Amino acid sequence: MIEVKELTRYYGDKRAIHNVSFEVQKGEILGLLGPNAAGKTTTMKILTCYMPPTSGGAKVAGFDIWDQPMEIKNLTGYLPENPPLYSDLNVWEYLDFVARIKGVPASKRKEAISVAIEKAALGDVQKQVVGSLSKGFKQRVGLGQALLNDPQILILDEPTVGLDPRQIIEIRELIKRLGGDHTIILSTHILPEVEMTCGRVVIINEGEVVAEDTPGNLTRRLKGSERTVLEIGGDEKVASEVIKSFGEVQKVDHKKIEKSDHVRFIMETSADIRHDLAKAIITKGLNLYELRTESYSLEEIFLHLTTKEEVA
Amino acid sequence: MKKTLAVFQKEIKHFFYSPIAYIVIAAFTLIAGIFFYLYLSSFVEAAFMDMIRSQQFRTQPQRFNINLQLIRPYFWNLALISLFVLPLVTMRLYAEEKRSGTVELLYTTPLSVSNIVLGKFFAGIFFYFVMLIPTFIFMGILFIYGDPEWGPVLSGYLGLFLLGSAFISGGLFISSLTENQIIAAIGGFGLSLLLWVIGWAANYSGPGLSAVLNYLSIINHFEDFAQGVIDTKHLFYYLIFCTFGVYLTFKSVESIKWRS
Repeated sequence: MIEVKELTRYYGDKRAIHNVSFEVQKGEILGLLGPNAAGKTTTMKILTCYMPPTSGGAKVAGFDIWDQPMEIKNLTGYLPENPPLYSDLNVWEYLDFVARIKGVPASKRKEAISVAIEKAALGDVQKQVVGSLSKGFKQRVGLGQALLNDPQILILDEPTVGLDPRQIIEIRELIKRLGGDHTIILSTHILPEVEMTCGRVVIINEGEVVAEDTPGNLTRRLKGSERTVLEIGGDEKVASEVIKSFGEVQKVDHKKIEKSDHVRFIMETSADIRHDLAKAIITKGLNLYELRTESYSLEEIFLHLTTKEEVA
Repeated sequence: MKKTLAVFQKEIKHFFYSPIAYIVIAAFTLIAGIFFYLYLSSFVEAAFMDMIRSQQFRTQPQRFNINLQLIRPYFWNLALISLFVLPLVTMRLYAEEKRSGTVELLYTTPLSVSNIVLGKFFAGIFFYFVMLIPTFIFMGILFIYGDPEWGPVLSGYLGLFLLGSAFISGGLFISSLTENQIIAAIGGFGLSLLLWVIGWAANYSGPGLSAVLNYLSIINHFEDFAQGVIDTKHLFYYLIFCTFGVYLTFKSVESIKWRS
């Protein structure tokens, strides 16, 4: 549905994005993840034909961003980083204007606006002047604007910014529901959001794609390993020896747990060794309190990919 | 066309939902009213003095031409007030969209550049027309208590309307260059004033250049309209001026889109 090929964009001498390529299938929800100023917004602005790339190209629903911007604009709903609102119009007038410039015929306009108002939960404020609304409501008006006329493709730049926790959940639910028959790209720097809503993640840092996969795969792929966490009671040295006898263990850290004689070992392993490890520990007469595997959270992967730090 | 209309109506709402419209209209009407009062007073005084003189010397009273001695200079005056007031109308037309980021909405919805520019241009003209309505009352007073000719009044308004449209097209262009409304207002005023006084320079330049400068001067073409003459030459000047202004705005918007 969306093919992005080697997009590069400079602002003057400053490079915003460099050789960004990815694809989005129909009905997929793609998360663009990255720290501030990573190039997420620039990528979105190019895909919505707000501005052209310096080089490279993209196709949205088969239309080229260079040659057929109008066709793309007809199909996409875009929520920019700052919702583009006219503060002196009321919510209904604003959406009416948007419906008209999106070319919704007069006979269907009222219904289209009502649907957008319902989706963005704006029913209570539809007669209020946009400028008098709180940040969260403004964000929702922006979202209503993007959803108006039910576009096939939605490009949402940080859609949950400024909302309260309940609204965030509602909006995420809404986005999830829209996926399937809509193709959605959303950008965020909130990781749980990606884990919860997106089918696939593209991580961008300093203008370049550093990783692209499903949230699950990304987690798994990192170093191709899992962590095993072990908590025992008893002699620390004996336990260390037991652990070292396993060839699968690549790295061990241990930490004494306060106010007890328990020790926690965190191991990086190339395979699941819990079964044998448990047996070995019991036969050595140590007390086993906890044994589990743990996958890296997206936070850690994100940090790993966007900084040069080693993941703990 | 429908989309142009949508932009047009949105702009009209912006004008009348904000206090600027009412302040501008009030100021324009007040200043125009004061000038009208002064012109009318001096006209009546002159006519009255003449009447007394003619009685004293037993001569025929002069025939005072209200069109020539009141309405014509008054149109010049309205043109001058428009020069000062119209930059306040055009300043927000584009600059505001850029400052508040709503250009992102306009550029990512299926609106063409001409939809945007023409919608805004005609909204500016419509507002100018509304601004002129109170002056109809002043003219009405002349028709009730005097007998001016219709023709020159109508042609004067046509001229004023064309002149205003030209100012608006220039102001819109300046507004599209900046996101600061104050710069847009000052720039619009500067451009209008420059085009107004450019004819004066014609007196001090060679024959070739002076013809060009005279032609460019925005106010020289207004003179005939104020006198009651509708010359296609002048009509064309204003139409070309507006087209050029709108075209420049069009290009500026397009280039902003590709530069940003």
